[in-house]
Amino acid sequence: MKADPGFYDYWPYEDRPKIEWPNGARIAFWVAPNIEFYELNPPANPYRKAWPQPYPATQGYSIRDYGNRVGHMRQMEVLERYGVRGSVSLSTALCDHHPELIALCAERDWEFFSHGIYNTRYTYGMSEAQERDMIRDAMESIHKHTGQQCAGYLAPALSHSELTLDLFAEVGTELFGDNGGFYTCDLFHDDQPTPIRLRSDKRFVSIPYSLEMNDTIAYVVNRVEPRRYGQMLKDNFDRLYAEGEQSGTVMCIPTHNYQVSCPHRMKAFEEALEYITGHSDVWVTTGREIAQHFIANHYDESLQDIAARGARA
Amino acid sequence: MTLDKEHLEYPQRHYGMDHERYDWSLLSERKPVSWPGEKKLALWINVGLQFFPLNQKGEPFAVPGGMTMPYPDFRHYSLRDYGNRVGIYRLLKAFDQNNIRASFAFNTELAERAPYLLDKIATRGDEILCHGWNMDSLHYGGMDQRDESELVERSVTRLRELSGQAVRGWLSPARNESEQTPELLAANGVEYFCDWVNDDMPFEFRTDNGPLVAMPLSNELEDRFVLMNNFHSEQSWLEQVCDAADFLLAEAKSGNSARILALNIHPWLMGQPHRIGTLEKALAYLSHLDGVWSAHAGEIYDCWRKQQD
Repeated sequence: MKADPGFYDYWPYEDRPKIEWPNGARIAFWVAPNIEFYELNPPANPYRKAWPQPYPATQGYSIRDYGNRVGHMRQMEVLERYGVRGSVSLSTALCDHHPELIALCAERDWEFFSHGIYNTRYTYGMSEAQERDMIRDAMESIHKHTGQQCAGYLAPALSHSELTLDLFAEVGTELFGDNGGFYTCDLFHDDQPTPIRLRSDKRFVSIPYSLEMNDTIAYVVNRVEPRRYGQMLKDNFDRLYAEGEQSGTVMCIPTHNYQVSCPHRMKAFEEALEYITGHSDVWVTTGREIAQHFIANHYDESLQDIAARGARA
Repeated sequence: MTLDKEHLEYPQRHYGMDHERYDWSLLSERKPVSWPGEKKLALWINVGLQFFPLNQKGEPFAVPGGMTMPYPDFRHYSLRDYGNRVGIYRLLKAFDQNNIRASFAFNTELAERAPYLLDKIATRGDEILCHGWNMDSLHYGGMDQRDESELVERSVTRLRELSGQAVRGWLSPARNESEQTPELLAANGVEYFCDWVNDDMPFEFRTDNGPLVAMPLSNELEDRFVLMNNFHSEQSWLEQVCDAADFLLAEAKSGNSARILALNIHPWLMGQPHRIGTLEKALAYLSHLDGVWSAHAGEIYDCWRKQQD
């Protein structure tokens, strides 16, 4: 085990090279709907339980299924109303279970990125070969069902190994060259994209995905009241929008169709979307587009700045 | 480090659900449903009437709302009992003031212990559902099958005898089930149950003993979940109820299918002096909305059922 994963060096937020988003936008805004499949009776991972109760875990399974049966359409409609194309964090088995949802998102030109195969299969305990197989299976599923070359990763249920990001980048290269496997949502260390150091030296970035704005973290872990969540989204935006005048920032709302799309929470979410997209200098985009823009325009100067600032005077 | 190979095998990875209990279906694609009088939103208030035994076994877990202190936990025992003695009568007044009909899910042991309360509800003509035997008689995976079979039969049969009602609906204590709970419910003539909250509308559920219907008794808006689990304020619960009603009504009006707003509440929570006013405000708001049909669970079920064939 390591004290530091070694993905990045210290890089102070002040005085970085200016990030310029398309059309002079101050902020890149993206929404990442997690579309997940939780199995009712998964094999028991030795390091983490899928459900608190013995089989059948009616309560936890039901509300997650609610998300797919009921919540997805609501969220998709409200995102469409405000011109947001979702960047889907996908349990890729959903391509088999619920292809209707995949088709609806694909018709709207949404991005699909990998969130593993099932959200009840954890990386913990996998050998390198097993994790590589799982990552490859998920990326191939997305390609087979949507034609997309998967660019991003959020590990299933945020379960990682030390090699997760290396393997994702390497499998992406094997399958799609530089067009696949080039960004991660697994790290929460910054409000701007940052280069990630991998064993393959691939140009690979971390894109801000924000645990704090994640509806499940807010509603389930932090037990935030719905209208307060809406206010938190607006406050988060206001500050990042103001700071984006100096250098482009990123705001992400990670969502779950079983949380944000419940009838008592839709109003707060919709009001925040209306507020955010009502501003002029907002680049409403996807995870892939943010990563591509950063790699093409700011990756090298960022590396130079990080190296320069790490050196002691 | 390697996991057994079953961890990378996916035997249920195919179209639809990963089990046979019910079919996959998008709510938005389903046959439209309408309520009597062109109403758009059925309001289903369900009151949990519960008995929490002092000598709680907590098998396989201590139920939310149950005893938490070393025996004898007088404080939680008596605070829950408060709901059945005092709080419920505030709830009934609030329903009557707002012309709202509620359904009542009884632990059968409470119906035995409090015949006055049972008669009061039955005489009002309100629907009685079975809420299991008591809050410490959980149905759970791995329990003895004969024990559960006896438990379901005793709970349902005795409540029918005591109430004189058909008792068509079921809500498991803590919404917990074993692998065979649905089979036992169907075998005992239960028509609908409220444990699988996968939807905002009823849906068909298979058992080896014939079909059941899952009725959408929201857990997310339940008073216990919002106030005790999430620690939200009473004001926030009120806002969440009103926002949900507005949203569902708008969805029903803009689409072609009616909806259900289901509120599961408990007299030991909402019947407290400092909370009853919040419930009254919620009921006043809901009863003044245009297009709301206040109905018993069984009435909503029957109306939905008739439109399925």
